[in-house]
Amino acid sequence: MDMKRDYYEDIKLFSSGTILFWSVVFLLFLFTLPLFIPSYYFYLFNIILVHVILAVGLGILVGYTGQISLGHAGFFAIGAYGTALLMSKLGIPFFPALIASGLIAAFFGFIIGLPALRLEGPYLAIATLGFGLTIMHIIGRWEIFGGRMGISTPPLDIGVPQMGLSILVDSDIKIYYLILVITVIMVIGARNLMKTRVGRAFVAIRDDDIAAEVMGVNLTIFKTLSFAVSAFYAGVAGGLFAFVLGFFDPFTFNLILSIVFLVMIVVGGLGSVLGAVMGATLITYLQYELLKNVEELPLIGDILVKISKQFLTVIGLQNFSSIALGLIMIGIVIFEPLGMFGIWIRIKKYWKTWPF
Amino acid sequence: MIEQLIIESLAIGACYGLFGVAVAIIYKTSDVVNFGQGEMGMIATFVAYHILTAYGATFWVAFALTMVFAVLLGMLIEFLFLRPAKDPTVLGLIIITLGSEMLLMGLASWKWGAEQKDFTFPLSVSKNVQIFPGLEINEWAMGVFILTLSIMILLYLFFRFSKLGIAMRATQQNQNAAKIMGIKVERVFSFTWAISSLIGAVAAMFFAARSVLDPNFMMEPFMRAFAAAVLGGLTSIPGVVLGGIILGFIENFFGYAWPEWKPIVAFVLIIIILTIKPSGLFAKHYVKKV
Repeated sequence: MDMKRDYYEDIKLFSSGTILFWSVVFLLFLFTLPLFIPSYYFYLFNIILVHVILAVGLGILVGYTGQISLGHAGFFAIGAYGTALLMSKLGIPFFPALIASGLIAAFFGFIIGLPALRLEGPYLAIATLGFGLTIMHIIGRWEIFGGRMGISTPPLDIGVPQMGLSILVDSDIKIYYLILVITVIMVIGARNLMKTRVGRAFVAIRDDDIAAEVMGVNLTIFKTLSFAVSAFYAGVAGGLFAFVLGFFDPFTFNLILSIVFLVMIVVGGLGSVLGAVMGATLITYLQYELLKNVEELPLIGDILVKISKQFLTVIGLQNFSSIALGLIMIGIVIFEPLGMFGIWIRIKKYWKTWPF
Repeated sequence: MIEQLIIESLAIGACYGLFGVAVAIIYKTSDVVNFGQGEMGMIATFVAYHILTAYGATFWVAFALTMVFAVLLGMLIEFLFLRPAKDPTVLGLIIITLGSEMLLMGLASWKWGAEQKDFTFPLSVSKNVQIFPGLEINEWAMGVFILTLSIMILLYLFFRFSKLGIAMRATQQNQNAAKIMGIKVERVFSFTWAISSLIGAVAAMFFAARSVLDPNFMMEPFMRAFAAAVLGGLTSIPGVVLGGIILGFIENFFGYAWPEWKPIVAFVLIIIILTIKPSGLFAKHYVKKV
């Protein structure tokens, strides 16, 4: 099906004209979305896009390099607080602040990558988990970060207000366009990265780190680089997330968030950028829209309310999203370990080879 | 003051160690890190609470019923969630156990709501008993010491002399060879989860007696206990308890000096220890062969 004849075919961003065509159509659709969809949905779309950036970054670390991180909420928090504080306290314009906080997150990613050189599996999970919790507590303690009360973001101005060039981004739709452009750049960047020497080194480490080292892949450089790149994505996503929310406190970035991030890429399918995008979209939609009002769910809503009245408590029904998420996590590993991307591949194969 | 601090450190450390043992037993036998352990203990404690308040049973009746429940819960989770997964990766296993954690937490908050409750436990933290003149220990700490010590001895005897314990050790070393020798590996896993869930439930009740009972209450203790288990080395049971006690000491003494940083000292320590000694303090380092 996908026969690669030479190197240049392998590194092409779009493997065929059809894919390029549909990608452009999809992008045009995304850019004209405000024409068909009421504006109150754009808060949800913004969160989805932010999560897409993060999931793509986490996919580089988990899906391509084969490391485990339960601390991505920490990098996310660094990005959010970094951008908000650099802008409000130091008066740095938006884009430099966003990139700077991404780089700060990348630096922390590099630091966490150092113990990761010697750890694997569950040990790495606990080390990154500890990192995420530590960041949350430090932010909650220090007054400069607003403490437990949280901070609100300054008005989002993507120009340079000090020089009189002020471009205010104040509505959800305007933020949507800003985030969409950044998301497209980041996603294409990730796809490109995976086709370079660095990306192939990551994949080699995932498949077998000792074999990779024998072949001349420097584990120290590439493992820490993978953590740094992934943390950079998380930092940028966090910086944008801060402005989507407008107000946040340290407990926004708790352990559950790190777990949800991991779920996104596992549900989407490990080792594929497309999978990360699909997983982030699905899980965010479930969490923020579908499972927000469980009572009003079609079909099962009434049954759930009845069950709650009979055996459980109605007030606890809002925790149903946690149950649904747990079942999805278990189900995907048991029934479809390749995630949504695996299903997509299977459908594609079915139609390509039909009627055989 | 200093004696009290030492006793407190020992007691909470032993409690972390006890819960860490529950994690370590599963990891030892099946290479699964059970992130849902805390929530399994939490839901067992809630069952005990429910029996106590809704049916007005005495504590020991509730305790016995809860132990039965914990055993069944452990077996059920292993049977429903882990057994059907075919050749799962390490990440896949972590996702499954995290999924069971979310599931149990959701169920508990659905049934009992998120508000905090008081768990009536016969051993109280505020009542002191005198062991010998000049040394007073609170009942709770006393209970923890006796329980941890007896569980350690029982586990030692179990793994050393009982047929099932030896089968568990065989399964840990090589699953296929154990199967060839006639060990029903699936059943061994079932028992492993049952024992671990039982120990976890007892430890969770001790934690509940110190704090309040709500669906989140085992999150922090679980992570401390897990950290302690990693500190001691996940594969050695005495190591895990020692790791718990070391963690208890560091946390309490550090927390005495800088109270506001007490919640995170455990994790910073874990990251440092793992960087220096990746398999923990008391476990043999496992070298991967190519």
